[in-house]
Amino acid sequence: MPLDDRYQLAFRLYPYARSADQDTDRPVRHPVVVMGGGPVGIAMALDLGLQGIPVVLLDDHEGVGQGSRAICFAKRTLEIAHRYGCGRPMLDNGVLWNVGKVFHDDRQIYEFDLLPEDGHRNPAFINLQQPHFERFLVERVREAQAAGAPIALRGKNRIDAVAVRDDHVVIDITTPDGPYRIEADWLIGCDGASSPLRKMMGLDFEGRVFQDNFLIADITMKADFPTERWFWFEPHFKSGDSALLHKQPDGVWRIDFQLGWDIDRKEEMKEENIRRRLDAMLGPDVEYELVWTSIYTFQCRRMRNFRHGRVIFAGDAAHQVSPFGARGANSGIQDVDNLGWKLGLVLNGTAPESLLDSYDLERRHGADENILNSSRSTDFITPKSKISRAFRNAVLDLAEHHAFARPLVNSGRLSVPCVYDGLPLNTPDGLPGGPARTRPGAPCPDAPIGGGFLLDHLGWDFALLGVGVDVPDRFDAEGLTLRGLTVPAEGDIKDRYLGDTTCAVYLIRPDQHVAGRWPAFDAERVSAALARSMGKD
Amino acid sequence: MFLNTLPNITDPDGFYAELLGVHEGLSDEDSIALNARLVLILANHIGDRAILTEALAVATKGGAK
Repeated sequence: MPLDDRYQLAFRLYPYARSADQDTDRPVRHPVVVMGGGPVGIAMALDLGLQGIPVVLLDDHEGVGQGSRAICFAKRTLEIAHRYGCGRPMLDNGVLWNVGKVFHDDRQIYEFDLLPEDGHRNPAFINLQQPHFERFLVERVREAQAAGAPIALRGKNRIDAVAVRDDHVVIDITTPDGPYRIEADWLIGCDGASSPLRKMMGLDFEGRVFQDNFLIADITMKADFPTERWFWFEPHFKSGDSALLHKQPDGVWRIDFQLGWDIDRKEEMKEENIRRRLDAMLGPDVEYELVWTSIYTFQCRRMRNFRHGRVIFAGDAAHQVSPFGARGANSGIQDVDNLGWKLGLVLNGTAPESLLDSYDLERRHGADENILNSSRSTDFITPKSKISRAFRNAVLDLAEHHAFARPLVNSGRLSVPCVYDGLPLNTPDGLPGGPARTRPGAPCPDAPIGGGFLLDHLGWDFALLGVGVDVPDRFDAEGLTLRGLTVPAEGDIKDRYLGDTTCAVYLIRPDQHVAGRWPAFDAERVSAALARSMGKD
Repeated sequence: MFLNTLPNITDPDGFYAELLGVHEGLSDEDSIALNARLVLILANHIGDRAILTEALAVATKGGAK
């Protein structure tokens, strides 16, 4: 098969360059190879490279594809990006938004405000076109490379075959200069929803296909719509069964129309037909230009397992959701956040290989939660029977004047990170009266401390946090050195980490999730919890 | 007004999914019958006649103020 581009590039960020691996007699062995240079693959390479782990990323293109695609990036993603050192340009270039309005026919039935409580570095969401999100990640890779991070991005390197052995993977690659072969101790599949790697390995990808089509039209226009998310059920302008209007940077607006199941795709993609729908919505006097259009269907599905020996899947390759709720790209970045430190500890011999099974368990838990939420949203937006439409419209009908019906309106439950409740790396809660939001398994909520933010002090390594009680600055256990941070019991940190108690000690994982918590520092308990969190149990 | 029209259901999404779930695969007639039984069961649980009268009025008016 020739090595032709399957799509146009927005940014050519990693042009093909011949590597030394192509001129050796024997295949060169690498600790980690990442397949796929989308947001998840690049983030994976960045996470490992910043830990000092050599990583080679292979992509069959030379950069980022065109099209806005994912546009909503959630607070947790921004926190992770901040840890990687590229949160700032995302915040500076993204559109911050908080307010959403929901309409039925020609009536506004309610509005919601996602503005989180004070005391967080990052907002609930930014809108940013996916190519820019990816570009900021790649720019951070370049900066990290310049500082010595062992990351190689190889464009126009298409993986055509893999042979999975017990302790490594043999990888056959096609390039413009012909084929070559390398080996990897670990291969990470970040090659997207239609994952060629999954197919090469003959692995399942099962779930639900939703019988509906949605038209995306990204347009630039001169119009006075506010920076809000507007969603219509059964809109009066009849451009679709539902419609969505959302602002992006650079004067671009995302508009979505629900087209139904039985459509003529080719006919609907004709510019005059797209414009007819847009004109009906925007009115005859609004001037606009089409930037990007696409028709898509929804699927909610995941692989049965994300780890297959020395091959691990992440992002859309492992799980796919409908876009309502922005749970696709955001959950992929959380996969990377979860896998990075575990692979790091396994590769340097500090933790057993079985730690990687916890990635499989924890992120399947996350994927199930995302699939559940996005399936429910899709069922509300696309009622699949007469009775479900009757209930849906009853909810919409009552929601304008009766508050009780508003929580039932579901135009998308927006992405929040999952809590790894009841999973084996957690130590059972040892802090009676502690807040539920910081229970073992939960991601640490941010809070201001000393002119900065708490999350700046957590991440990359295991850490101890003492709130209103001392923890040692350094604590050696299980082959690791933990940093200790003692903070006074006041302000937001008191509300978020103490609740009804007076002091607490938290053991926090390298991905900023809580591993265990107690009223005071106890070396033995902390060591046991640490061992458990490293998969040594 | 004694009828509570403020949000009162924990896990609203889970409840809604369960509600649609019991209708799944039913004919329209069977769904109507199920809804009728459900209204009677819930009405009995509420019991208070004044509240039931209010609820009937709110449902009759629908989306109108």
